Amino acid sequence: MATPDKHSATDGAHAREPSFYTSKRGLMSWIITLDHKRLGMMYLAGTMFFFLIGGVAALTLRTELLTPELDLVTSATTYNKLFTVHGAVMVFLVIIPSVPAALGNFLLPLMLGAKDVAFPKLNLLSFWIYTLGACFFIYTLFAGSLDTGWTFYTPYSSNGGAQGTAVISATFGAFILGFSSILTGLNFLVTVHKMRAPGLTWNRLPLFVWAIYATAVIQILATPVLAITLMLLIIERTLNIGIFDPAMGGDPVLFQHFFWFYSHPAVYIMILPGFGIISELVAVHSRKHIFGYKAIALSSVAIAIISFLVWGHHMFVSGQSELAGVVFSFLTFAVAVPTAIKVFSWVATLYKGSIAFNTPMLYALAFLFTFTIGGLTGVFLGALSVDIHLHDTYFVVAHFHYVMMGGTIIAFIGGLHHWWPKMTGRMFNEAHGRWGCLIVFIGFNMTFFNQFIVGQQGMPRRYATYVPQFQLQHVLSTIGSYILGLGLFWTLFYLLRSLKTGAQATDNPYGGASLEWMTQSPPIEHNFHGQPRVDTDPYNFPQIDRSGGMDHH
Amino acid sequence: MLSMFFAPEIKEAAKAAVGQAAAATPAPATLPKLPPLETAHPWAMPTQASTFAESTDNLYFFITALSVFFFVLIMGAMFYFMKKYARRSEDQKTSSITHNGKIEFLWSAIPAVLLVVIFAWGEIDWIKQTTPPADAIDIRVTGQQWTWKVDYPDYPGVFLTSAMDEPLVTMMVPKGRPVRLIMTSEDVLHSFYVPAFRVKKDLVPGRYTTMWFEATTVGEFNLFCAEYCGERHSSMGGVVKVLEPEQFEAALREAAKLEQKATESPKDFGGRIYKRRGCDACHTLDDSPGNGPTWKGLYGKKETLSGGETLTVDDDYLRESILTPRVKVVAGYENVNMPSYQGQLDDKQITALIEFIKAQK
Repeated sequence: MATPDKHSATDGAHAREPSFYTSKRGLMSWIITLDHKRLGMMYLAGTMFFFLIGGVAALTLRTELLTPELDLVTSATTYNKLFTVHGAVMVFLVIIPSVPAALGNFLLPLMLGAKDVAFPKLNLLSFWIYTLGACFFIYTLFAGSLDTGWTFYTPYSSNGGAQGTAVISATFGAFILGFSSILTGLNFLVTVHKMRAPGLTWNRLPLFVWAIYATAVIQILATPVLAITLMLLIIERTLNIGIFDPAMGGDPVLFQHFFWFYSHPAVYIMILPGFGIISELVAVHSRKHIFGYKAIALSSVAIAIISFLVWGHHMFVSGQSELAGVVFSFLTFAVAVPTAIKVFSWVATLYKGSIAFNTPMLYALAFLFTFTIGGLTGVFLGALSVDIHLHDTYFVVAHFHYVMMGGTIIAFIGGLHHWWPKMTGRMFNEAHGRWGCLIVFIGFNMTFFNQFIVGQQGMPRRYATYVPQFQLQHVLSTIGSYILGLGLFWTLFYLLRSLKTGAQATDNPYGGASLEWMTQSPPIEHNFHGQPRVDTDPYNFPQIDRSGGMDHH
Repeated sequence: MLSMFFAPEIKEAAKAAVGQAAAATPAPATLPKLPPLETAHPWAMPTQASTFAESTDNLYFFITALSVFFFVLIMGAMFYFMKKYARRSEDQKTSSITHNGKIEFLWSAIPAVLLVVIFAWGEIDWIKQTTPPADAIDIRVTGQQWTWKVDYPDYPGVFLTSAMDEPLVTMMVPKGRPVRLIMTSEDVLHSFYVPAFRVKKDLVPGRYTTMWFEATTVGEFNLFCAEYCGERHSSMGGVVKVLEPEQFEAALREAAKLEQKATESPKDFGGRIYKRRGCDACHTLDDSPGNGPTWKGLYGKKETLSGGETLTVDDDYLRESILTPRVKVVAGYENVNMPSYQGQLDDKQITALIEFIKAQK
């Protein structure tokens, strides 16, 4: 069990200091704050705001898809803009920053027993670059009336007439955001290397930290490719050297290579932190040592490395060489193994545990259900011949929503509940939370499972209108999306309400054994009263039966 | 079926929510009238109509069976543990197990082996599907926002296109003969997708991509564009018709025929050309915006060209624009790459088309 040293203390033993919310006051104290916890909370607010925008766009386009014809929106272009806004906002402004920037900022130094991240000023800069990038990106999406989809494929995005140079401004927006994520990644990397509390060895790091660490590596190595793409687009436009534009002798497929060379690793920037959350939730709420700590930690690193080598599986039918297709297919299956190891390890952690079915744990269990479906359906898409049929259909849409929403977002919401008492100092209403989780779970599955069916029947994605035979599943999917929306609004409602009426949270309401639970809820400005020391790993819960000694098989 | 219960109500509700405004304006992107249900029931795979379909589906079902097995196994274990190890008291003891080398090896190695099997199966079929046989009939396919143009090099003069609001045959192929498609695009990316054949390939401007298939069932099958290509992406559909080999050539020549019927006025003939040659993809008849200028009120209109000069739209200008569209471009349409119809429309067809444009007042 990790313990703070004898000069500091947990509950009661030490006079309670003001929390980081109240230690400084006034608007300026937030705008120029160097406190990782305040920055984390601001990222959280930003992420929630954009989640709302992306979600409203999603509900609008789902409503349009109730019937095969256009009837809610008056033109196909409006529909195309809606799915562009939905995809681009959800990917670049919600899912990428949600866990690493919001929860990661708040928790990483606490879990390491540090006062702050390694470079607090750089952290502040990252936040404001993110804000700037978000404003620019939103401006591009709306003022530039972008209708290219979030993938910005050339030549439609570069000479499609109406959008003009949309691809340059959109890539620029994504790059500003990416720059923020490079700086955050760098900051976290150095923090994990240099700021660990005495005794907190690499084998004692919480798995959330391992996941954030692997994510940081990808952020630093993959994001610069966005800058290269941007530079090539600008060179093409200003010097008229054909790179992507076939009219000048360029190759549009090259743009896809550049795009996915960044965006595929970005998929793992999105999902790895979610894996980290699930490892924490499953262990803490079943009071069991995580099963296969090393396998989980190293599989994150393995996934991070292989993630750089599979981008071509987005391009099996694009006209890239057949040999490339074969190689990318093989490497894609290689990624499936470490992912499977994680799922098995989480389920095995439940064995002989003491499982509490409170809201964060329910989300973790929901994650195991939905993410397993997301992972297994990825196998269909990795198989070359089957992918030819399923590529660019609703099957793909369903698959990546099961991974991104059923994986990352479900994990994020679970993590938000798990650390909500720590972050806000308040308990949310547990019954409300369980109902919310049930509604989200039902709504999510109803929305997206039906999309596998229309996908295997051959309905292409990004269709404003469709042949009537697909209507049944679309109606079910839309009803599901309303249920999902209801569940999410309900969750927002009771979480915000808890800030006013919630019971005061104790320092460690769920019995966690990692360092963030050893300080006040919400934490004091400098996190800990003294320097915490660690003498064991973060999953040694007091309820573990040690009568037979440590169990090694 | 469920759909009979609530789908129409939902549809009505959605329509009511939109109100009168939407009901009054017809949707500009109309739906191609495609062949009806291709599946046995609303949850089934599409008909198998090519030599690839069966093997692709078998792999699909193999992966589905494995997935269901592993899903039930994982979820079964999870729900069993959830029930068995639910927290019953605050001081409930938990096991001190932290890992188990044997189990961890097994659950890494077994999926790895199965994944290699799936990879190999997919790869073998993929190689077949990317290697067209030498005796395949060549068909050239050109994508253009938002029509398909289909040429038959082996049958001179035969040319088919898709239309956006008519169940037109876009492509005809004989049953039991391999067909190789050589494809390119005139503007942006498109993707040629026939679900019943389980084939798909992108059309890329500036290069040729190829794919092949051999149809096994006589009938009509949906053709979709699967790569997002702009406003009317979802209307870029068509029909692939499979015929008995002995009927193929005659039917193909008949379908490709675009001649004025004895009782048909030039204007009506022009109207057919408007749809059959894909003019409707860019030129609207109701003043709504399109990739090219609307034809409503076009004849006799004063237009400003991109160079600044003005002219009145007359027969000569229309003819010139059909044959050499990039010479005198109306201001605002500089970025539109209208293709030339030189050699694709004869004089009689051009005249009929001009009559049709004239009639759009």
